[in-house]
Amino acid sequence: MTWEEMLPLLWPATVETAQMVGWSTLFTVLFGLPLGVALVVFDRGGLRPMPALKSALGFVVNIGRSLPFIVLMIAIIPFTRLVVGTTIGTAAVVVPLTAGAVPFFARLVETALREVGTDVVQAAQAMGAGRTAIVRKVLLPEALPGLVAGLTVTVVALIGYSAMAGTIGGGGLGDLAIRYGYQRFETLVMIVTVVVLIVIVQLLQSLGDWVARRLSHK
Amino acid sequence: MIQASGLRKHYGETVALDGVDLHVREGEIYGVLGQSGAGKSTLLRCVNLLERPTAGTVTVAGQDLTALGGGELNRARQRIGMIHQHFALLSSRTVAGNVAFPLEVMGVPRAERARRVAELLELVGLDGRGKDRPHQLSGGQKQRVGIARALAGNPDVLLSDEATSALDPATTQSILALLKRLNTELGLTILLITHEMGVVKTVCDSVAIMSEGRIEESGAIAGLIRTPGSPPDQGDLPAARARPARRGDADVHRRSGPAGRVGGRAEVRRGREHPGRLDRGTGGRIGRAAARRARRRRDRRGAGVPA
Repeated sequence: MTWEEMLPLLWPATVETAQMVGWSTLFTVLFGLPLGVALVVFDRGGLRPMPALKSALGFVVNIGRSLPFIVLMIAIIPFTRLVVGTTIGTAAVVVPLTAGAVPFFARLVETALREVGTDVVQAAQAMGAGRTAIVRKVLLPEALPGLVAGLTVTVVALIGYSAMAGTIGGGGLGDLAIRYGYQRFETLVMIVTVVVLIVIVQLLQSLGDWVARRLSHK
Repeated sequence: MIQASGLRKHYGETVALDGVDLHVREGEIYGVLGQSGAGKSTLLRCVNLLERPTAGTVTVAGQDLTALGGGELNRARQRIGMIHQHFALLSSRTVAGNVAFPLEVMGVPRAERARRVAELLELVGLDGRGKDRPHQLSGGQKQRVGIARALAGNPDVLLSDEATSALDPATTQSILALLKRLNTELGLTILLITHEMGVVKTVCDSVAIMSEGRIEESGAIAGLIRTPGSPPDQGDLPAARARPARRGDADVHRRSGPAGRVGGRAEVRRGREHPGRLDRGTGGRIGRAAARRARRRRDRRGAGVPA
């Protein structure tokens, strides 16, 4: 296969990967951030200790984390059909991607929030700040560099998941590598796809590191 | 202004407060002195209910805090300032943002906030530093931000949790001088806990000595120090021996009215011999080191002089 033949395949595959990762990142933050906050707030010694609820949430998160993505993806096919009406295509892939990344990101959010010193939280309580104000004005802003670092790791993981999702009809770079590189023995396609993935991940990680550094004022 | 009675605090089997009564009068600086683990920090945190006492009541400015909860307690806390040993500033905010925090919590409009923040920063001697980040400041400056923040809500009472323990001696003196000035100018009632006898001697009007969750002795500081056999006189507390009175002490008293009311005359004399020497013309490292040596020499001499 020549470069002229490959480019028309490579570009749409990259765009599909970007779409899958972009949408699922958005939904992951939407669901994972509150979940991570809940894990901290409801914990014993948290702002509103509700140990039973925290244990239940932790249990669900652990289930999500214990399934290999490829199993999770297939296991939740009925749920995917319920949400988007189909199980094939980029939109359908966003559902398992989000389901796989939410527990992962929630744990990273939990870790980042726990890094915030108890002294600043107590100082805020001493100033008469309520729970919502403490979460919004203390915990989240103070943990922001850690949250950005966690998000970067999550996006990179999502790129990996999206390659697997490609095999159930999501398209993208992983799908390209498997169909052309593996099944058709087009070694060049395989190599080029790998290089593109490496470049994307390196760029994203550098961007994430840079943003986290800019936000940190320690 | 602060009235605590029968305060007990248990953590499981551990008894942190074993029946404490405390009475802080309006406009005074009240020191609680004790070693680590004496329960003084728990006591302070019970005053604004960061810790809920197992038994007993706390009344601040006529309001029984132990009867409050939720939003009412939060509103009451806005009238009680607190400063911390390690400053507890938000690194995500600028100096001005930190001082504005309690005002935001209270719902003060933006324009009013900005005006008040500028006013507070000027009050603590940090005008023009509003845009800096906390990590760009020295320890003493950070504590000044902490003080400005604590005063944002025009509190009746300021609680000081070992506020100078993380600071060097010269900075400690400047922070204590600031607290004394706020006490005099604003009529602010201050309850401070410390393990340093020097802090108590420098600024406090009254003192309580705590050990093992109880107040061993309390009263006006002058009387307590002069009483032979009382803990501060004997230097029972290691802190009392480790930190004799310093030149800066006298400085504080001169600025804040009747000199020698707390510290002795000898301190005042020593203070006048070297007025403001540490504060002026010692910018270089050598200058500072020399100043430190000189201070140590004076301290050794001073150690023999009864306070």
